[in-house]
Amino acid sequence: MNNSGLFLIKNGHVIDPAQQIDRLGSVLIQDGAISGILGPNEDVAEADILDASGFIVCPGFIDLHCHLREPGFEYKETIASGTLAAAHGGFTTVCAMPNTNPVADTRATVDFVTSRANQDGAVRVLKIGAVTAGSRGERLVEMGELADAGVIGFSDDGLPVSNSNIMRQALSYSSTFGLPIINHCEERSLSLGSMTEGWVSNRLGLLGIPNSAEEVMVARDIGLAKLTGGRLHIAHASTAGTIELVSMAAQEGLSVTCEVTPHHLTLSEEAVLGDGHADRSFGPLGASAYDTNAKVAPPLRTRADVASLVQGLKEGSIDFIATDHAPHATVDKLTTFDKAASGISSLETALGSLMSLVHDGDITLQLLIEKLTAAPARFLGRNLGSLKSGSPADVTVFDPNKEWVVDPSAFVSKGKNTPLSGVALKGRIIATIVAGDVVYQQNG
Amino acid sequence: MTQIGEVAEPNVLKSIPSPHLPARRHCLDLDDYSRQEIEAVLQNATVMKDVMHREIRKVPALRGKSIVTLFYEPSTRTRVSFEQAGKILSADVINVSSSGSSAEKGESLYNTALTLQSMEADIIIVRHPDSGAPNFLARHLNASIINAGDGSHAHPTQALVDLYTMASHADRLEGLRVAIVGDIQHSRVARSNLWGLTKMGASVVLCAPPTLMPIDFLGGHHSRSNNPFTSVEIETSIERALEGADVVMALRLQKERQDAGNLPSLREYSRLYGLTPKLLEKARTSVIVMHPGPMNEGVEIDPAVAHGPMSVIEEQVANGVAVRMAVLYGLVPATRHRD
Repeated sequence: MNNSGLFLIKNGHVIDPAQQIDRLGSVLIQDGAISGILGPNEDVAEADILDASGFIVCPGFIDLHCHLREPGFEYKETIASGTLAAAHGGFTTVCAMPNTNPVADTRATVDFVTSRANQDGAVRVLKIGAVTAGSRGERLVEMGELADAGVIGFSDDGLPVSNSNIMRQALSYSSTFGLPIINHCEERSLSLGSMTEGWVSNRLGLLGIPNSAEEVMVARDIGLAKLTGGRLHIAHASTAGTIELVSMAAQEGLSVTCEVTPHHLTLSEEAVLGDGHADRSFGPLGASAYDTNAKVAPPLRTRADVASLVQGLKEGSIDFIATDHAPHATVDKLTTFDKAASGISSLETALGSLMSLVHDGDITLQLLIEKLTAAPARFLGRNLGSLKSGSPADVTVFDPNKEWVVDPSAFVSKGKNTPLSGVALKGRIIATIVAGDVVYQQNG
Repeated sequence: MTQIGEVAEPNVLKSIPSPHLPARRHCLDLDDYSRQEIEAVLQNATVMKDVMHREIRKVPALRGKSIVTLFYEPSTRTRVSFEQAGKILSADVINVSSSGSSAEKGESLYNTALTLQSMEADIIIVRHPDSGAPNFLARHLNASIINAGDGSHAHPTQALVDLYTMASHADRLEGLRVAIVGDIQHSRVARSNLWGLTKMGASVVLCAPPTLMPIDFLGGHHSRSNNPFTSVEIETSIERALEGADVVMALRLQKERQDAGNLPSLREYSRLYGLTPKLLEKARTSVIVMHPGPMNEGVEIDPAVAHGPMSVIEEQVANGVAVRMAVLYGLVPATRHRD
């Protein structure tokens, strides 16, 4: 950047759902903050220029659910590699889940993440604290202290808060700080299997997980939110029943929100069958079956569930999109389906896969951007996710029509675990800007 | 003397056209076998049986080939019959089991497999508690993989043994009414038999308490497109399942099912689903009774049935070697081209 401190993202299609802006124009940044949105072809003397003609210019994406793995699992991901992956995916803010080693259940661990993020982070990093010590589900963490350390909510993600009384106390106690309890809803006595229960699990001889494993806990938690008046957020909603329950709770005026991941919006249980089974055929399984990269918690669901999630996004019963980026080392997936780790490395493919919903006419581009920017910012209650003058200059520029083929070996994330390897996606990040600094720019 | 590949003695298998075994790299399940290929394997098994009754039980088909049996679960009949089959075909057979190998030290399946690959195993015969382990090996290794039973997924050679045993008693597989009774949900034998029997045109009825029947079978699997199992009947009453059956196959009931809550007790299971002489009266008078073994006599099958006149259970075991020889022989073209 030159000495003027001026940076013009020029002649793009500017979409800012927070301000209901959807027009051609240029975004002017000064000293790390948004200065304003100019008309097309307006020139600013001495400004650095990023030519965005033909591209979408929107607020930087916010991901309220990802796993950066540090401390403890640096072989899977680090704060440096994870935030770089975020930058490549157009995310300017990511929120680190606390299931590290040690679990982020004390101020010391949260502060470690903060300092590491300040030092190594390519994008903004927010923290989520654990609900219970060690995420063991037994005793609440010192929520007041973690709130002081800046956490934006509490979650034992990776695991549910199984004990109903602990969940009740968590919802009640956290309401003092106005922070949500983010629950990974999974009734574990019902989820002994490794994929969705149905025709694919039967075909593969894998023990299935019924949708009810998620729904019974969602229903329980809504009951507890009603009882306590606490703030409940359902992580990675994956079933039609969950969407129905959450929208009923919202209609009742309860403080219940939910998120959905790109993979649950775009992939179904058939992905586990491997190559050539997209048409849900009963053809031979062959060597590519049991794709461990399609193993994730909650599991990829039926096509009917996928359709319900897309519908929920359209109707507003789903509050925002979060990636649940869950990087794993190759060795964690290089085994049988039952033994493989759960999770998908998704920061770098999120936009491309979500854009398929736009290209297929399922949702509008404006809605997609809203669910990645203004909506999560609203949940956070922070001045992010908008191009309003004076806001931090977090901006994402992408080409909605650029086709590319997913090559996990080219990921900057350490996690190469994606079921999308070799899949052609349409929609690619051109540049990611955090507080006025270009943290990613596509070459060529 | 009959040569391998020729039509054998007059037999129910005689109507089968002259066998031609296509080159096959792996045997993972019967889902990728055509009806013709299954017929060819059964017919070659008849020839192999003849080989087994020779004075010198040895043919050179797999001479110079090395076979590794890699068993992560206990097994007597499957492992021994594969070993025997390999030896009669002149292969060098090495047995590896999870206990006593590096697997016990926590070595991953992948690394164990790579070790076997560096030792130039031509054929790896794998049994594993996890569904899909053979597919995993087939994905990563050059060797031919034979599935000797993986989790609840598949046990193709057992299904071929069962088809062979049925074919040697009935005059046809087409239209044969086969009742499979027991823990369908967790049964790799049932799943592979379902493929085999469906391809051969048999009519199959699956019978289990609803807690041991896959939810997809209970919940209208018929509606799915390309579903090869639309003719399969689902029954929770054993009386109805056995009606008019030509073949009744009882499945082993794992004792863990009681602890897992699938069943109130083994006693109740035995009372409701145990195969008794009285229940068999519902079936055809010519009915044969099968069991993939090992049996829990007194649970899924009454000893009087297991060892009674309708039982062909020992025959199944005896056929195991010949059928597995035929399967190994079917891989020969695949292993040969590596020379």
